Amino acid sequence: MIPILEVRDLFKQYPGVNAVDGVSFSVPAGICFGLLGPNGAGKTTTIEIMEGILAPTRGEVRYRGEPIGARFRAEAGILFQKTALQDFLTVRQTLNLFRGLYDQGLEVEEVIRLCALEKLASRDNRKLSGGQQQRLLLAIALVNDPAILFLDEPTTGLDPQARRNFWELIQSIKARNKTIILTTHYMDEAELLCDDIAIMDRGHIIARGGPRQLLQEHFEEVLLEIPRQDFPESARQLALKTIDFTDRIEIATQDLETTLRTLMDAHVPLKHLRIRPPNLEDLFLELTGKELRT
Amino acid sequence: MMRRLLAIWHARNLEFVRDRSTLIFTLLLPVMLIVGMSFVFGGPARPLFKVGVLASRIDKQAHPFLKERYVDFVPIASENDGLPKLTHQQIDLLLDLRGTPRYWVNTDSPKGYIVERLLLVAAPSAQRQPVTGAAIRYVDWLFPGILGMNMMFSCLFGVGYVVLRYRKSGFLKRLHATPLTAFEFLTAQVLSRLCLILFVTGILYVGISAIIHFHCAGSVALLLLVAVLGALSMIALGLIIAAAISSEELVGGLLNLLTWPMMLVSGIWFSLEGSPRWVQWGAHIFPLTHVLDAARGIMLDGAGISQIAPNLLYLAVTAFVFLVLGAWSFRWRIE
Repeated sequence: MIPILEVRDLFKQYPGVNAVDGVSFSVPAGICFGLLGPNGAGKTTTIEIMEGILAPTRGEVRYRGEPIGARFRAEAGILFQKTALQDFLTVRQTLNLFRGLYDQGLEVEEVIRLCALEKLASRDNRKLSGGQQQRLLLAIALVNDPAILFLDEPTTGLDPQARRNFWELIQSIKARNKTIILTTHYMDEAELLCDDIAIMDRGHIIARGGPRQLLQEHFEEVLLEIPRQDFPESARQLALKTIDFTDRIEIATQDLETTLRTLMDAHVPLKHLRIRPPNLEDLFLELTGKELRT
Repeated sequence: MMRRLLAIWHARNLEFVRDRSTLIFTLLLPVMLIVGMSFVFGGPARPLFKVGVLASRIDKQAHPFLKERYVDFVPIASENDGLPKLTHQQIDLLLDLRGTPRYWVNTDSPKGYIVERLLLVAAPSAQRQPVTGAAIRYVDWLFPGILGMNMMFSCLFGVGYVVLRYRKSGFLKRLHATPLTAFEFLTAQVLSRLCLILFVTGILYVGISAIIHFHCAGSVALLLLVAVLGALSMIALGLIIAAAISSEELVGGLLNLLTWPMMLVSGIWFSLEGSPRWVQWGAHIFPLTHVLDAARGIMLDGAGISQIAPNLLYLAVTAFVFLVLGAWSFRWRIE
């Protein structure tokens, strides 16, 4: 079966920088595909080439087996990381403007309902909060009833409540059997929304697979978190695999009981101990030695 | 406070100096303006009066009057060329020294009255020829210029800055992600601005006509055609400027580079009669010159389509060429 989107040997070079350095992958229809990586990893450049906004230095992107063209532009919905809208238009007028650019799509009122913009439809789009504006931008991306939806760091800068609302919206869109391409540096977002992820660093894809599959492949350990002030200097002599963070010490172990006993024997206070499974951020740290959000 | 102020001052200076194209342009524009003004207004002291002489060239020895100081004598090919200029007060007197001296003077012109006194001292027997037809007031002559100037600013700045703002804010990038083509976008911008300009110019035309009691001698429909083609040409010119540039200062500078010469040499405020030939010829590069020539022809002389056809053709061709160039060089986003 032909994938809905296929990226072949993609390169994008700027003077002195290889922003995208030989990236290849394909995305089957109907899934949420996540492109993860820290700032500067090449995610946005890759997604903008996939969107047909930016020309690659080399390589190609194919949509339903064809080079990016008129059909792609008619069937793709895009939410950029940063977008300004035309001034002095209300939410409804803005949606009417974009709906007018497509031959086919949803009724504007349906999009308003889908993105919970009913109460904001008559408001000047400059007077929307960050979360409301993201909902409007998502609504714009949906006016043509896209087969494939690109979301470039859609929740960056939103407060936790707005992020959660936005995730619910994306899940409802996903339920309509749309293909979603999501870039994010929030691992909780990727774990919640993505069926398949690729982790990028310095223009390369360094890991690819489902979130659970990747974690199972790379980790057999659980992580113990102890606040830094609770971890005495003497405990550093213990035979433990520790990772230093500014506020905490993390200990990776496959034998939880033995590690706990060792800590108790060394009189390490365990009152604020937290045990958690590894997540995608840990995976990124494991793969690159860098934190995901740097 | 001073430290913060200096920090901002320094950063802004760096930004300005590092924007090389704008810096060069900022230095170049005043120099070009000075050079341009010196050509238009330069030379010895400006003459007080302008007298048209029916001759192919001025021979100072032909008559003592031609040696008068502070009078600019300009050769005029025929009576037909000279009389409209006299009526419009582009010249103060029209003189024919071939045979018995005779002259035409605009009785409504104060300068015409004085230069006539000077002539009669040097040539007491010169025959006076009355100018027929209504005299053109300066305000009537200025009226098309004011309308044209308003159109020019609205066309160039209204479109140029809007497109630049859209590009800088990322709105163009968002539009690029839709099936919209550059040609469609630019055409929509042109048509939107065209409608606005026609509406505003129409209101100004009706309002000012009522205030100054102006009556158009020619066809208003033809005048509308001139306005449409002129606006199209100047809007498309503005689009070329904004097609690919992302610096507001550079766009502002380039627009000034276009508007200032047009303000000076397109004949908004005064006639270029008497200025160097190449300045008069060069002025016809600008669409506004053709708009004003055609509009004055219709509004003041009742010119028909055949008389202003060259102006209409120039405006139509430049509108098309500028729009194609604008679409070709158009960039959706900042590279």
